[in-house]
Amino acid sequence: MIQHPGILALLLASALVGLLLAGAAALGLRILQGWDLRSGSEKQLALERRTYLVSSLVATALGVQMLSLFLFIFTADDLQGQFVGAMCAAGSLAVHAFGYPTLLLKLATSLLAGLWLVLHRTDLQGYDYPLIRAKYGLLLLLAPLALVEAWLQFRYFSGLKADVMTSCCGALFGQGRQGIAAGLAGLPPRVAQPLFWSLLGALTLMGCAWLRWRRGAWLFSLLSLGYFIAALVSLVSFFGLYIYALPTHHCPFCLLHREHGFVGYVLYGALLGGVVAGMGVGAVAPFQNRASLNQALPRMQARWVIASLGLAWLFALIVGLWAWLSPLKL
Amino acid sequence: MRPPLQRLRNILDFALASLSRRKGRNLSLLGVYTLVVFILASLIFFVQALKGEARALLAQAPDMVVQRMVAGRHDPIDLGRAQAIEEMRGVSGVRPRLWGYYYDPIYGGNLTVMAVEDAELPNDALWVGQGVARNLRVKQGDMITLRAYDGLPMLFTVQKVLSDASELISADLVLMSQSNVRALFAMREGTATDLAVDVGNARELPTIAAKIVERFPDARPILKSEILRTYEAVFDWRGGLMVVVLASAILSFVIFAWDKATGLSAEERREIGILKSIGWESGDILLLKTWEGAVVSLTAFLAGTLLAYVHVFFFSASLFDHALRGWSILFPRYRLAPSVDAYQLVILFVLTVLPYTVATLVPSWRAAMVDPDTAMRS
Repeated sequence: MIQHPGILALLLASALVGLLLAGAAALGLRILQGWDLRSGSEKQLALERRTYLVSSLVATALGVQMLSLFLFIFTADDLQGQFVGAMCAAGSLAVHAFGYPTLLLKLATSLLAGLWLVLHRTDLQGYDYPLIRAKYGLLLLLAPLALVEAWLQFRYFSGLKADVMTSCCGALFGQGRQGIAAGLAGLPPRVAQPLFWSLLGALTLMGCAWLRWRRGAWLFSLLSLGYFIAALVSLVSFFGLYIYALPTHHCPFCLLHREHGFVGYVLYGALLGGVVAGMGVGAVAPFQNRASLNQALPRMQARWVIASLGLAWLFALIVGLWAWLSPLKL
Repeated sequence: MRPPLQRLRNILDFALASLSRRKGRNLSLLGVYTLVVFILASLIFFVQALKGEARALLAQAPDMVVQRMVAGRHDPIDLGRAQAIEEMRGVSGVRPRLWGYYYDPIYGGNLTVMAVEDAELPNDALWVGQGVARNLRVKQGDMITLRAYDGLPMLFTVQKVLSDASELISADLVLMSQSNVRALFAMREGTATDLAVDVGNARELPTIAAKIVERFPDARPILKSEILRTYEAVFDWRGGLMVVVLASAILSFVIFAWDKATGLSAEERREIGILKSIGWESGDILLLKTWEGAVVSLTAFLAGTLLAYVHVFFFSASLFDHALRGWSILFPRYRLAPSVDAYQLVILFVLTVLPYTVATLVPSWRAAMVDPDTAMRS
């Protein structure tokens, strides 16, 4: 393993997130089992108090999780110098079979974490803990995922070995590993481009339809997830090429670099925020008939629909304008 | 101002007031916290700055150096090979280099002696780096004696002391004419220590290196990128090792913070009890505790980072320098170029603020759940 301060920070962060979420899940399980809002027993009171602890544990864990997603990409980027053939994070992640699975799982746990916060926020609106089962059910899914992710991340980092000079021969050990990141090209643009724009159109229509008739929240959430995936695929497949003005550079990570104006933060921030808001609309939809929520929920959902659409369009405008103004023509 | 924001601000105000009411306790916590951040930040900044220096230094180095290895031992390389390598496709130039390490018994350190072809350097003179001049206590015009391989002394005049702009590379450097280097190290005519190879297209380097090894099985090509990679790995490893060593310090700090957060004084309990009885909710108390923690963390983080910045970039990290830089006797004197980016700050944040936050979560919750009735009666 490479003793890099960034790696140590990530291992610490993942261990703490795992610990916090496991603790919260254990408490959550007990709350789920013994929950009875109508009872005024001491046990129920203690459980209600524990919900505060669970939310502060999970909120902290989720904040750290988002931070560690970017820290992970940064660290992979920083390590690229130590592997022959790696040019950026894409190369360092491909050094080892555990690299990309760790990243994907981190992304998934971050999204679920965001969704949990949406559920939590909704739950706080009602006086009778309307979403308590959904919330703690999701937590029971989230905690094992976080533990698996911490394990995968550990496997990834512990398997890394820097290509340092040896005393017998230099220069030659890199020969067998040419073109480490060559496989990252994704879909051809003629498939990805129509997919991206049509999903954006469908998402917009569906959002307007929801705002008008308050129906189809599930479909909106699905489209929002689809748009998220299509946007990531398009970024790798062709939008990135315009931003780098290089027809061969299919890299989702170099966008985060200074030479591209840190545009990656805006783009990924918009995508992550958009998909969490979009999925939240559908996730809380089953609860809209609860008496304690029927005032507040539609207002919150409307806000999320607008936020999700706004962020989706922000992404599309940035990459679209960039592609239009780019000196590169595909 | 919007009401939710106003509420946050009021609670923050209250948190600041409540921190200043318990000055002694909070200042001791802040002191220890700042110290932990300071040590870790100095370390991370220093390692990063050293990596930057190594990168800047090696920017001037040749793309590839070819040495001759005789069964694992370095041996002078035949100049005839320079010709053969130069004729390979893609090679734009080959320069034989003549140099060696000279151990100086007087002050017990190694000098790097190198040959230069310069019309201004006469045969009985040499140029020395600042570090050499400092350690041997010589200046321009002084005489130096070096013992050749056969024990006979060779006398030189110091013609020039190299400028301190190049000190990181030239601290231990002694430059003299080719014939003197050969006489000092007993090197035969027609050989060189190694060959510096320049290549037109950097992407051809591995192929050319492979060709050289195929043609001369005893050759050892070393690429600039490999040296750079090795330096990065070494510095990262040293930094990481220090972080592991410091883990015990972080752990004891966490225990200290936990202890401070758990031990609610009777006065504090009463305060929380009164707040709750006048209408504060448990969530508000939790927010109050969060604000208190955030204020302490941010203050300590900022103060520790600033102190570390001054320590590393103004005082060249005088506290750790020997542990991290290397084990040479002849240290260059230098000021590191300030380079701090968001990445290092995030690492630092995760390593210090995160453990503190996690350690205070449960105690804060306990405090917020205090029963107003029992708290005021106790």
